[in-house]
Amino acid sequence: MLFTSFYSPASHWTPELVFIANPVKHVLKLLSLLVVISALWIGLLQASIIPQSHTWLLPIYFIVSLGCYGLFMVGVGLMRFPTCPQEALLLQQDIAEAKDFLKQKGVDVGSN
Amino acid sequence: MDAAKNKYSIIVPTYNERLNIALIVYLIFKHLRDVDFEIIVVDDGSPDGTQEVVKHLQRLYGEDRILLRPRAKKLGLGTAYIHGLKHVSGNFVVIMDADLSHHPKYLPSFIKKQLETGASIVTGTRYVTGGGVHGWNLMRKLTSRGANVLAQTLLWPGVSDLTGSFRLYKKSVLEDVISSCVSKGYVFQMEMIVRASRKGYHIEEVPITFVDRVFGSSKLGGSEIVEYLKGLIYLMITT
Repeated sequence: MLFTSFYSPASHWTPELVFIANPVKHVLKLLSLLVVISALWIGLLQASIIPQSHTWLLPIYFIVSLGCYGLFMVGVGLMRFPTCPQEALLLQQDIAEAKDFLKQKGVDVGSN
Repeated sequence: MDAAKNKYSIIVPTYNERLNIALIVYLIFKHLRDVDFEIIVVDDGSPDGTQEVVKHLQRLYGEDRILLRPRAKKLGLGTAYIHGLKHVSGNFVVIMDADLSHHPKYLPSFIKKQLETGASIVTGTRYVTGGGVHGWNLMRKLTSRGANVLAQTLLWPGVSDLTGSFRLYKKSVLEDVISSCVSKGYVFQMEMIVRASRKGYHIEEVPITFVDRVFGSSKLGGSEIVEYLKGLIYLMITT
């Protein structure tokens, strides 16, 4: 229960509960996650379920996968980057409307 | 919460925005017809006559709707919000930029989202469907996306747009969060939302569109990247 509360998004908790359960700095959360993963890796090394030669390479696989995942997320995000060209046009219309109104009322709308 | 009794204080920090401030005031009044609100203009001693324009707007719309609370010189965004907060009479505070990259037409959607969900903070996000950016070239989009992925991986912030500055806060929440933030510039915006997330405040997002009209000046050089990375490390260690 404490483990899931440790890592679940803060927005699902009431301020009181999070205050009690979450005074930990984020870097410490990341480090503790790293410690847990390292412990699992050392456990795997000693238990020899997987051949040792493979187990030694696991951290490299992990880091490379993380890097690939990051690059993939950047690429996907870039392709799906939401753009709104019509907004520039709408903005120009709004600006024209605003300038008309303000000019009538005597507000100085000369350019900056 | 009785919706009819809500008052929204919109803090707009300005520096040399004599035209934009008039346009923004007009648009806010256009889109918030049946809402009780006030606009607090925090001008940092603009030499271009911004304050004169604001005074004219005050005569037009009423001094109870537009508050001019200037400062002597350019003192930074964080302190501008703190200064504006002192004059807030509403129970909600909206912060937005004065250069029309934040369009007042989204204000009703912020208000509606907050009323629907009871959230403490509603933040505008440019990076979801329904939102978007105009005026960014490929390089700018790449750095923005890369920065966002890095921040999501390292910080788990709980929001999709960390550096956005178009937000609605409950007044008490803004006062609480701002008192513990020390960064400057856009890292300040990141620090605000991350600290709020860590403190457990209910944060909701609405899509907004962002039209970057300051063409060419949003150059992201090496020093900006270094500042950003330093900001991320600072936030990892202190939040």
